[in-house]
Amino acid sequence: MQALFGQLLVGLINGAFYAMLSLGLAVIFGLLNIINFTHGAQYMMGAFCAWFLLTKVGVGYWWSLLIAPIVVGAFGMLIERTMLARLYKLDHLYGLLLTFGLALIIQGLFRNEFGSSGMPYQIPTQLAGGLDLGFIFLPKYRAWVIVASLAICFSTWYVIERTKLGSYLRAATENPALVQAFGINVPRMITLTFGFGVGLAALAGVMAAPIYQVNPLMGADMIIVVFAVVVIGGMGSIMGAILTGFGLGIVEGLTKYFYAEASNTVIFVIMVIVLLIKPAGLFGRER
Amino acid sequence: MAVSDTAVISTRASNTARAGIALMLAALAIAPFVGLYPVFLMKALCFALFACAFNLLLGFGGLLSFGHAMFLGTAGYVSAHAAKVWGLPFELAVLSGTAAAAALGTLVGALAIRRQGIYFAMITLAIAQMMFFFYLQTPFTHGEDGIQSVPRGRLFGVFDLSSTLTMYYVVLVIFALAFLLIYRVVHSPFGQVLKAIRENEPRAISLGYDADRYKLLRFILSATLAGLAGATKSIVFQLASLTDVHWTMSGEVVLMTLLGGMGTIFGPVVGAFIIIGLESYLSDLGEWVTVITGVIFVVCVLAFRRGIIGELSAWWSKHTG
Repeated sequence: MQALFGQLLVGLINGAFYAMLSLGLAVIFGLLNIINFTHGAQYMMGAFCAWFLLTKVGVGYWWSLLIAPIVVGAFGMLIERTMLARLYKLDHLYGLLLTFGLALIIQGLFRNEFGSSGMPYQIPTQLAGGLDLGFIFLPKYRAWVIVASLAICFSTWYVIERTKLGSYLRAATENPALVQAFGINVPRMITLTFGFGVGLAALAGVMAAPIYQVNPLMGADMIIVVFAVVVIGGMGSIMGAILTGFGLGIVEGLTKYFYAEASNTVIFVIMVIVLLIKPAGLFGRER
Repeated sequence: MAVSDTAVISTRASNTARAGIALMLAALAIAPFVGLYPVFLMKALCFALFACAFNLLLGFGGLLSFGHAMFLGTAGYVSAHAAKVWGLPFELAVLSGTAAAAALGTLVGALAIRRQGIYFAMITLAIAQMMFFFYLQTPFTHGEDGIQSVPRGRLFGVFDLSSTLTMYYVVLVIFALAFLLIYRVVHSPFGQVLKAIRENEPRAISLGYDADRYKLLRFILSATLAGLAGATKSIVFQLASLTDVHWTMSGEVVLMTLLGGMGTIFGPVVGAFIIIGLESYLSDLGEWVTVITGVIFVVCVLAFRRGIIGELSAWWSKHTG
């Protein structure tokens, strides 16, 4: 029983990262119609940013949560302005190819600099230790990750679905030319949205740093799983991305407990099944 | 996907293409005698075939598969296993690997053509990743070691393939046959229907073409030929390993096609030779190869979308009117 709850917890943690990453992908895709292949690399950059701040500058975890997303998000906006913006009139596949190339560059550079072995990142002192809940020993840091990612996901959902700013965003997704005609600076909104999505990936990276090792390839395999999550959920809805992310994390955790050999592949198998039954994805609509 | 209008071929251009094919095959036939290493040429030819098969899907069909390594790798594993463990001769080993890729292509194709564009790319990538984990865990592939020292054997029981030069000409014949098949398919009525579907699917359907069936057939053909490349490669180099099923391999074939020119007949061949040449020259640079690969991707997408052959033929037709 202990082991089952343990795997469930691991699943929830993974699900939290899937949710944050697929949420960022969905937000970017909604407005830019681009699948951001650098998302995994930017998640990795977030973790490295936190590691760098702690070991070289002496800035701790809490400030990293703020600084890393801003730095990496700014980097993302630079890419959007200088490169992606030239591709909007072309087929969307070019955006995918460009970001794939960028991901290779970023990961290659980091591997040259840091090798491929992981580097540890200390859990902040306030969150060290854990709580014994009787049926499970809950490390405080993991509890924090779950709560914080839920809060981040749902506030993003709230901003996009329930506020004025979000309504502009959704309107621009539907018809950018019309929104522009109403006097809203759509190109700037696109840049900021991209920066926000990338920042979200970096934030996930900072939160992941104390759990997984900080490693140049930590995002490379992650991004493929997140793509599968996105296909399962369908990119039409923000809430869909969040629920699918957490749900699949839990499913993966359960698979580790019941049939460990399949835990690497279970998400892909689910993707195949969903494609057979509902090709648009669980929450998606054909577009 | 408005990949390229260069696929539109007039009669004059098709004569040029035929002359080009003859020239290319002749050049490849004498290449070992003018100082090019047969081993390098064989590697480049295997990848050229892989890229041509991939181009059938992307360049002539507008579908970007980000998981084509699964066909290369599956065929490689099956032929290596067939040659080493079952003791099959060269031709049957290659055939069984290719058949395995065709079977996998049928399954994956039936799933993946349910979505288009970006989703198609993500689905193929995810399925390929699933296959990667399968080959990582299943015993017959020997995990990280791969299937090593695969015997080359004899072709039809006659030609001893342990001679590098004999092997080279066998690879060249396989490449030439597959290349001519692709050329034939692209310019057949079947190929024209595929083009119609790429340009305007609803209209093709309204004209009575079963678009899904055509797309599936093209996917299977592409997967099968990619498998042929993988099967040949694993026996020539006597190794089937995880590298060939990893997503970086899928990315590499996209790069070769993009660099050479999507939707052109010769583009993938040129791209494959350049990338393989680059990799063997830069092999001591280690991780920098990844960075350089990424840079080529970015430059191609931003400035060079028609690829080398595409740009050349655009320049040519501009200057000759």
